[in-house]
Amino acid sequence: MTTAGQGEAKAASHGTTSLWDAAEARQIMETYRGLDGALMPILHALQERFGYVDDAAVPDLADLLNLSRAEVHGVITFYHDFRRTPPARHALHLCRAEACQSVGARALEAHVKRKLGVDYHHQTPDGRWSLGAIYCLGNCACGPSALIDGETVGRLTPEKLDALMREAEAGRLEAAE
Amino acid sequence: MSAVRVYVPGDSSAVAVGANRVAHALERLAREKKVEIEIVRNGSRGLYWLEPMVEVTTSEGRIAYGPVAPGDLAGLFEAGFLSGGQHALRLGRPEDIPFLKNQERLMFARCGITDPLSVEEYRAHGGFRGLAKALRMQPQEIVSEVTESGLRGRGGAGFPTGIKWKTVLETKAERKYIVCNADEGDSGTFADRMIMEGDPFLLIEGMTIAGIATGATKGFIYIRSEYPDAFRQMGRAIEIARNTGYLGPNVLGSGKAFDLETRLGAGAYICGEETSLLESLEGKRGVIRFKPPLPAIKGLFGQPTVINNLLSFASVPVIMDDGANFYKNYGTGRSRGTQPFQLAGNVKQGGLIEKAFGVTLKELIYDFGGGTLSGRPVRAVQVGGPLGAYLRADQLDIPMDYEAFAAVKAMLGHGGIVVFDDTVDMAQQARFAMEFCAVESCGKCTPCRIGSTRGVEVIDRIIADQDRAKNLRLLDDLCETMVDGSLCALGGLTPFPVQSAIRYFPEDFDKPSRKAAE
Repeated sequence: MTTAGQGEAKAASHGTTSLWDAAEARQIMETYRGLDGALMPILHALQERFGYVDDAAVPDLADLLNLSRAEVHGVITFYHDFRRTPPARHALHLCRAEACQSVGARALEAHVKRKLGVDYHHQTPDGRWSLGAIYCLGNCACGPSALIDGETVGRLTPEKLDALMREAEAGRLEAAE
Repeated sequence: MSAVRVYVPGDSSAVAVGANRVAHALERLAREKKVEIEIVRNGSRGLYWLEPMVEVTTSEGRIAYGPVAPGDLAGLFEAGFLSGGQHALRLGRPEDIPFLKNQERLMFARCGITDPLSVEEYRAHGGFRGLAKALRMQPQEIVSEVTESGLRGRGGAGFPTGIKWKTVLETKAERKYIVCNADEGDSGTFADRMIMEGDPFLLIEGMTIAGIATGATKGFIYIRSEYPDAFRQMGRAIEIARNTGYLGPNVLGSGKAFDLETRLGAGAYICGEETSLLESLEGKRGVIRFKPPLPAIKGLFGQPTVINNLLSFASVPVIMDDGANFYKNYGTGRSRGTQPFQLAGNVKQGGLIEKAFGVTLKELIYDFGGGTLSGRPVRAVQVGGPLGAYLRADQLDIPMDYEAFAAVKAMLGHGGIVVFDDTVDMAQQARFAMEFCAVESCGKCTPCRIGSTRGVEVIDRIIADQDRAKNLRLLDDLCETMVDGSLCALGGLTPFPVQSAIRYFPEDFDKPSRKAAE
């Protein structure tokens, strides 16, 4: 069994989402059902494909993995990563952990909340940005850090973050490969 | 003339500060100038204040330049940096930089030097020698060697690794598992990430040795979702190891089987707790389990399981290759060997410092780190992640040693050090510790699940100066309940940062009344 495709991490999905397709979702479930402890890899794969895990997947997953619907629902809602509603066009997660706090994360947080006009776990009314909190990206010597559409960015100032968000909106954020 | 080898780290922290932009610009410029270069995306050397740090291979060895921005490249070409030319960003040979020169790198011997996905380079730098040796030994001998080395679990608890392995070896079962805890969630830590991105075969080698030693044939690496690059890199390295005979049904022709799979977490800090991690691997909510039974007897899918921190596995190849005696010559007291300390937060020269246990916090923060980034005085230092105690600037003579930290109600944890300057408000830090616990509690134990939320409220009342003395007593009582009434370290240790903040920084909990008095 290979390791491929077990959900390429949370935010890889941004920009590639589309409407929920129950038939395709079932195909994805089939692909990974043979793995030991298959539920998490399946949930990651669904979210990677659709940007969220629709409630419609719950009975199918329960049926496929011989679990109760409550168990499947429990897993989806336990983990911070899994979404039950479609994402905004762009996702910004600010690191709230201590190392980033020590170099100005709290000020950055105030700036972003003012700029977007929303608190954590909310989207802007125009559906352009969602704001999330994240607790450590392992970028602790180059903070403050954030995750923009899946890319970790560091040594942020309000101005630098604004510029990176503009890049993301223009579809040319070049942090990663 | 053959292509000049240029190293631009692919490490995600280097990328977060622009390494990919530098690599792309470098490629473009070299093409324009018709210069042949070979770009290697190495791991980071861990000198993070110098990232992106670009290295070129010259006749005098590798010469580093940093921190390089894409806009610096034209000037670097003009200065002839491809043959080590003078430039304001020239750092000389990286191994001569004091931050690196004064380390004792055993585990991180290759990280940042080699091409992370080249088996040949891994071998050329001493890789897979420990595995080859282990394959010639009896399982009991391997376990004894690990026990004898004094290696203790690098996740934080410091339990002797050899004892865990011995228990799994001696427990009879059809199937046994090796599980790597790569859910490195503590703020201020990044050593696991660096290994997975910069020297992934080291982890594969360490886990394979664990499999050979205990009779386990299958291993899982549980990687947090905040580390997508590490997850992809480990997947690639496993594929390469399988194709080159280091993993699979017949490891290096020994007749012994061992294979690995990566699994992705989903943003739950609690899954760094070993039993919660096992639940998550089984596809369940990451709710912690009662112990006993110990995972070594009844772990993943009910089978005997070695579950170790990534750094514990990464210590094993050196122990096998150079021997337990070599390894335990490093260190102090009952803390043997080396530890990759991670210096982070408000520090001038942040990064990875592998040193033998016993080095003091002061040496790490000032001699290696150069003090704060802001230039202001150090006021507080948190060691060991969000569950670690806060220490005062006058307590930094403490040696990095499990027992020395336990003696002052602090902990080494995973070796993360977060520095704060004098602008920090310790009441807010205490509040954050409770808030974090409330966000991340798995919900199993009431003191953790409810107590953390009540803790935030009580601290808010203290900050607002409502019945301060009474609320401080209440908070103390709540902390005691959490310590005594929680099954795992999340609820059980959250009071450490809270109470240390109150104990060592009482003035921060008394602001309104002091203001009134003025």
